[in-house]
Amino acid sequence: MAPKRKFRVWRGQGTEGRFEEYEVAVDPGMVVLDVLHRIQAERVNDLAVRWNCKAGKCGSCAMEINGKPKLSCMTRMDTFKGNEPITIQPMKTFDVIKDLVTDVRWNYEQNKRIPNLKPKPRDPDGHYRMAQKSIDRIQEFRKCIECFLCQDVCHVLRDQDKKDKFVGPRFMHRLANLEMHPLDTVDRIPAIRRDFGSGMCNITKCCSEVCPESIAITDNAIIPLKERVVSRYYDPVLWILRKIFGPKKTKSCGCSK
Amino acid sequence: MLNISEIQTIKHDVIVIGAGGAGLRAAIECSAQGLNTGIVCKSLLGKAHTVMAEGGLAAAMGNVNPHDNWKIHFRDTMRGGKFLNQWRMAELHAKEAPARVRELEEWGAVFDRTKDGLINQRNFGGHRYPRLVHVGDRTGLELIRTLQDHGIHQGIEVHMECTALDLLKDGDRVAGVVAYWRETGRFVIFQAKAVILATGGACKAWSINSNSWEYTGDGLAMAYRAGGELMDVEFVQFHPTGMVWPPSVRGTLVTEAVRGDGGILLNNKGKRFMFGYIPEKFAPETADTEEEANRWLKGDTSARRPPELLTRDVVARAIKKEVEEGRGSPHGGVFLDIANRLPADRIKKQLPSMYHQFKELAGLDITKEPMEVGPTAHYWMGGIRVDSDTQETRVPGLFACGECAAGLHGANRLGGNSLSDLVVFGRRAGLGAKAYISKLSNTPKTDAGQIQSIVKGATDILNRESGKNPYLIHEDLQNTMQKYVGILRIEEELQTGLVELERLKKDTASVKAHGTSQFNPGWSEAIDLRNLLICAEAVNRAALERQESRGGHSRLDYPGERDEGLTFNVIISKGNDGMNVRKEPRKDPPKELASMAYATLEALEGRHGS
Repeated sequence: MAPKRKFRVWRGQGTEGRFEEYEVAVDPGMVVLDVLHRIQAERVNDLAVRWNCKAGKCGSCAMEINGKPKLSCMTRMDTFKGNEPITIQPMKTFDVIKDLVTDVRWNYEQNKRIPNLKPKPRDPDGHYRMAQKSIDRIQEFRKCIECFLCQDVCHVLRDQDKKDKFVGPRFMHRLANLEMHPLDTVDRIPAIRRDFGSGMCNITKCCSEVCPESIAITDNAIIPLKERVVSRYYDPVLWILRKIFGPKKTKSCGCSK
Repeated sequence: MLNISEIQTIKHDVIVIGAGGAGLRAAIECSAQGLNTGIVCKSLLGKAHTVMAEGGLAAAMGNVNPHDNWKIHFRDTMRGGKFLNQWRMAELHAKEAPARVRELEEWGAVFDRTKDGLINQRNFGGHRYPRLVHVGDRTGLELIRTLQDHGIHQGIEVHMECTALDLLKDGDRVAGVVAYWRETGRFVIFQAKAVILATGGACKAWSINSNSWEYTGDGLAMAYRAGGELMDVEFVQFHPTGMVWPPSVRGTLVTEAVRGDGGILLNNKGKRFMFGYIPEKFAPETADTEEEANRWLKGDTSARRPPELLTRDVVARAIKKEVEEGRGSPHGGVFLDIANRLPADRIKKQLPSMYHQFKELAGLDITKEPMEVGPTAHYWMGGIRVDSDTQETRVPGLFACGECAAGLHGANRLGGNSLSDLVVFGRRAGLGAKAYISKLSNTPKTDAGQIQSIVKGATDILNRESGKNPYLIHEDLQNTMQKYVGILRIEEELQTGLVELERLKKDTASVKAHGTSQFNPGWSEAIDLRNLLICAEAVNRAALERQESRGGHSRLDYPGERDEGLTFNVIISKGNDGMNVRKEPRKDPPKELASMAYATLEALEGRHGS
């Protein structure tokens, strides 16, 4: 008989809800998503949870486990020592639809605001040539699985609720991907400053810390974009910014994420 | 009685069902052709199973080996499919794949590069030359994100977390589809002149599978109910390398790129057993010593390919045999070793998501230890029967593309030919829909009676007082298919499978979902089960009909390929009282294609096709 463990799972719709306790048998190798599926199959058939690939590749099952934003399919049960109940709740930054499922449509609206790549003409032989070295840095951003955990922990979105002012880390690195693309011909710098809110980020790096793909969002995307904006609009200030933020790494903000 | 006028109605010229690679590419084409286009997907946009494709997209671009051309890709595809493929589809696919890759690059895809800065290509099972365009081992993600980021700017209306229930018809023609929103449980009618199905396969019917919850064969079953035909469904691909431990990840895919990049399969005696399983047909092109296989890996063009890169059906059966004869790994698989083949930093660079997956989920470092792997139900070669050029089904106005359509892969699919399938035939389905709509003289009308019965079929599941638990029926179905309709099949077990499926159909007729209709996975599970059962029965019946072993279909009571097997495709359709099964005679292939498929490599190499 597999050992049992207590779970506190958020259940409810919209702003109404409460934690429900479940005791579940935990087999070796199980992840948190397996626990939720077991609750679903054996106890509450209608427990709402998103998932797809169950291998950390689609980013559907993002939630907060013991207060930490994580993919439930990649969170192994044997990482929880002791016997305390494990608390599972939906991402806080987005409105709850039901149980662990949140309304993430806002993210899709942001992506739609970003103009896509407009490539320069091909070489005469019909090829595009790009050195691997020059695309390594954008391939890092393209690892993104759109779990939106970075959006969930971003202080501008989570605590200040300024979704109208800042697109959030996921779309800052989408913008960086396009801006650093060797073939791209579009100038997005004015929009990055004006419409997408590059100035809003205060570089606490919480987004980078929770990224399941380990994308260095702040260091490799947001700071370079801020620098590009600064060098375009406030060149004299650039050196001050560099004095403050770079090249040394800034400290974490110390929040629990 | 339900008042139809209260149900939300959305009108499009064309509605695409499914937003993986094929659905997105189809929608992009429809929109480019000036059609008002909607796309529905069961999950959020960008989460479809295409993200799980790892190794790459096959296209004879000749960037790594200039000898490659579409004719050799065509030949490889036919040979891999054991010559049961639709000739014309294999031809179109091989010819058009490179153009689709270039288009993806223009839309923002960032593929790995060669030293000269061109798109890099890697080796894969069954492909003569390095042919797979890739991004590490996350090519599917690159494909879907590229199509998504491009598609959202093309005026396509995306309806996320929306599940299609059934097609509507006006006489013979398709007239739309009824669906429900996952969030609210409310129903919605999509009125459309044409419908494109891009719903993927149905490997959720087996207990060990690599698929997500979505792959319940919705499009296959909808087409079947609407009068479409299913073809070649006895051919289910069991990918040779799925994870086997821990139990919670059993079946999760381990990319073929591990073997493409040099990984080898070992049994518990440490023997590289694939050398003992080389089919006669492939012997002239396969290395017979480790020394030769290693030379090939280093790029020696005079050496032949390692046997680990034989087609997936061959490798899956070999692994099963090793395990059954007691030479398996501790958890019932075999060992896949890359640790002793590549330096750790290259493994992490070339196979980052495999490294991550094993590290996180199995606590195993693949740069130090071998993986344990075994076959997992992965892909449907068969599916909805379509016209090779337009992707239209037998139902006017109904199109199908991607995994849910049949024809390109024949009896076995080569790795990498799936992603190329999606973009080549996704586009063609869009063009097909445009041509169909252009010729329509009037807009098909939806029928209130049909809508009512579709809605009632779904709400009954919630409304009935009591009934069976949908999760338990699904588990029961998976165990049944795994046991009786698995990799190796035999008449007696297939017959038992049919009896079991009848029992499961009765259970499903009285399935009960608890709770309300709002974001209720139990209700979705119950609805999807109906589709999955049709798919399971179709596989079972087609497997009985094909009395030979070919590609993904192996009969213990009929070993080996038989000449007669090449003369027909098995067709499944809905009859008045149950499923009809028949053998459709295959037409003779065009002479030019036939001579190409059976040609020697020397004859095709260096002769670039048009």
